[in-house]
Amino acid sequence: MTFFEKAHVTMPSDSSVKVERSFKAPRELVYKAYTTPELVKRWCLGPPGWEMPVCEMDVRVGGKYRWRWRSTDGKQEFGFHGEYKEVSPPSKLVNSEVFDPGNVGGEMGKGALITVEFIEDKGVTTMVSTMDFGTKEARDAAVATGMTDGMEQGYQRLDNVFANR
Amino acid sequence: MQTSEQRLDQTFMALADPTRRAILARLALGEATVTELAEPFNISQPAISKHLKILERAKLIAVGQDAQRRPRRLVAQPLAEANAWIERYREAWEASYERLDGLLEELQRTPSRKPKKK
Repeated sequence: MTFFEKAHVTMPSDSSVKVERSFKAPRELVYKAYTTPELVKRWCLGPPGWEMPVCEMDVRVGGKYRWRWRSTDGKQEFGFHGEYKEVSPPSKLVNSEVFDPGNVGGEMGKGALITVEFIEDKGVTTMVSTMDFGTKEARDAAVATGMTDGMEQGYQRLDNVFANR
Repeated sequence: MQTSEQRLDQTFMALADPTRRAILARLALGEATVTELAEPFNISQPAISKHLKILERAKLIAVGQDAQRRPRRLVAQPLAEANAWIERYREAWEASYERLDGLLEELQRTPSRKPKKK
């Protein structure tokens, strides 16, 4: 199994994006950090400059989740919501995802299907997230949405934050 | 005049094929003629020409100076643009994941509540 020290992004098909990343922890723990709202709020924040005021997750088949991010200056907001389709701890999670553009712009779209797999090898867990947006246009729009102005400012502070970690 | 979005579309379309990616990898080493490019692949020269046409349309390759041999060469700019686009997306994920690294480390330091590393 390849060790992905940094997030590795590929496009396995016209409509999907795959992100792979390895963590030095057993997969039970990675799965827990991924499915426990109090923990998700602490890491799933994207670039610096964002907080996650809403993080509700009912992790079981048919259960719903709702995530919402707000820029720390309070000016921008967006979110995701969806439903869990498959819940197989600690190895796999499948959920639908609808993007709520809030005031950052971007398309609402038809939504995506997210498959997250947790693969452990010698104490290292690789998280493989595959996001299928149904069409190439929707995928490209989704990838482009990660580039809003607010996030762009955030990137510049990235180095400082991790230097202090 | 193409918009940058149309240009990206064309770049990604051109890159969505393993033979075309292999051709680009070969051209990254230096220019090559159509015959030279066809050599390592088990496909006909017309099939290679078709791939080259798509790469040319996406401006990923260009025809070199030599009018006789008409060698193809790599054009780096569209690739760099496509790369920058994905890179920003990647960085957004990486930012979260680096935070998750820290959190996982912290959770493993407090063994009382968490299963220990195997």
